[in-house]
Amino acid sequence: MNIAAWFFYLFSAMMIGAAFMVISARNPVHAVLFLILAFFNAAGLFLLLGAEFLAMILVVVYVGAVAVLFLFVVMMLDVDFTELKQGFLQYLPAGGLIGLVVLIEVAFVVGAWTIGPVSIANVTTPMPPGMTNTMALGRVLYTQYVYLFQAAGLILLTAMIGAIVLTLRHKAGVKRQNVAIQNARTPAEAVEVRKVASRQGI
Amino acid sequence: MTDFAWTGPLALTLAKSVALLVVLLIFIAYVLYADRKIWAAAQLRRGPNVVGPWGLWQSFADMLKFVFKEPVIPDGANKGVFLLAPFVMGMLTLSAWAVIPLSEGWAIANLNVGILYIFAISSLTVYGIIMGGWASNSKYPFLSALRSAAQMISYEVSIGFVLITVLLCAGSLNLGDIVAAQDTRFGLFGWYWLPLFPMFVIFFISALAETNRPPFDLVEAESELVAGFMVEYSSTPYMLFMLAEYVAVVTMCALTTILFLGGWLPPVTLSPFTDVPGPIWFILKVCVVFFMISMVKAIVPRYRYDQLMRLGWKVFLPMSLGMVVLVAGVLQFTGWGAGMGH
Repeated sequence: MNIAAWFFYLFSAMMIGAAFMVISARNPVHAVLFLILAFFNAAGLFLLLGAEFLAMILVVVYVGAVAVLFLFVVMMLDVDFTELKQGFLQYLPAGGLIGLVVLIEVAFVVGAWTIGPVSIANVTTPMPPGMTNTMALGRVLYTQYVYLFQAAGLILLTAMIGAIVLTLRHKAGVKRQNVAIQNARTPAEAVEVRKVASRQGI
Repeated sequence: MTDFAWTGPLALTLAKSVALLVVLLIFIAYVLYADRKIWAAAQLRRGPNVVGPWGLWQSFADMLKFVFKEPVIPDGANKGVFLLAPFVMGMLTLSAWAVIPLSEGWAIANLNVGILYIFAISSLTVYGIIMGGWASNSKYPFLSALRSAAQMISYEVSIGFVLITVLLCAGSLNLGDIVAAQDTRFGLFGWYWLPLFPMFVIFFISALAETNRPPFDLVEAESELVAGFMVEYSSTPYMLFMLAEYVAVVTMCALTTILFLGGWLPPVTLSPFTDVPGPIWFILKVCVVFFMISMVKAIVPRYRYDQLMRLGWKVFLPMSLGMVVLVAGVLQFTGWGAGMGH
């Protein structure tokens, strides 16, 4: 067994273990930390596949930004897990159905691999030789699919503006600083020098 | 492939890593010493001068003191996470050094996405702070951790855009290639600090904020938050946080050197300068950048939190975003970019 295989089993085993701990950990903060571990191992698997750009972006975006927000929310809100788990049996059929669908999909993918190995080689955009995968991805996204890519960006922008509009509130009577005015102040108008007579005060 | 064909390269990588770690930690010890000495000099004090000649062993004495003290774990703390946090912090900051090239080919891992790797690692150090602050189960550390996390995430955005401009110019995400792209016959005037001067300034200031150095050390603003997220830490765990802080600072110095100051390249492309080996130039440049960071600590007063956020979101973000568009446009229409000729 070569080193890549060893690392594949290491990352996969840790990822499955971490994913299991996400749903079974009693403390929600621990659950989020295990989720981060799972993300990390997914990034490791991407690296083994030679998709180093995706691996790094996974870490930057999901671990560095999304999971931090998760952690914020979980820490700030006092989530009571025992209360959440009371509805476990109620949600079991729906959850089981989703699990079944995912399982069938995985079976299809693996099945296609074993039945028709030709279909695997039939990739829509093969990796051009002598190119790093960052370049290859950039070329595909910004030339072939540029309009779709921009549309996806616009959708995200709309979502962002929506979130801002929903949460932005203008309160009356809040004291705000205008930095330009602050910077324009001079000692002449901000400081007053007085000669204080002894025992009299100002 | 035979069974143990990979043990050779593996052992070599291990040996390299250990060597780098030892050199780095000794360097950190003296960076800490230099920081205190420079700060003292700016305030007309002597600084550490008792342990060893000129106080040279001070950092090692401090280290021994930390190690031999009793680690106190607060009663209500979440023990596992409490102890995990400093290790996460130390491990992450040290692992960034795996891709930093000290000279041509002198990197443990020559990654194609080296710059992204460093960006990813530096965006993860926020976990050490959040975990430490939360696990302490105390108000001040928690407030400080939230504050610091918001600060680090805010400045990462502008650091990201600065990195994008540099890699647009270099046409590669490989740190070695970025240095090589600055290798022109103009020597020091061909490095990116000159053409990308606004980005150099933004990167320097953002690096201060990202590593929680003064004037952005609101994490441990002792006047309001006692000592930030590390209030409950003592002995070795505290030392690991401290070490991580300085390793992160030196990493940022090294990154500034690679991105803007030509890495291992000599400043003048003439004989006496080109004869000096690359690692020496690299270390000299790192020291110069660290001197600047240290002087900032000595002479600039601490920012107020809302001003810090304003600087990050309302000044640096639009400026760096504008520069990305400008640089990309200039490269596209002049064809100057190194990676454009495909």
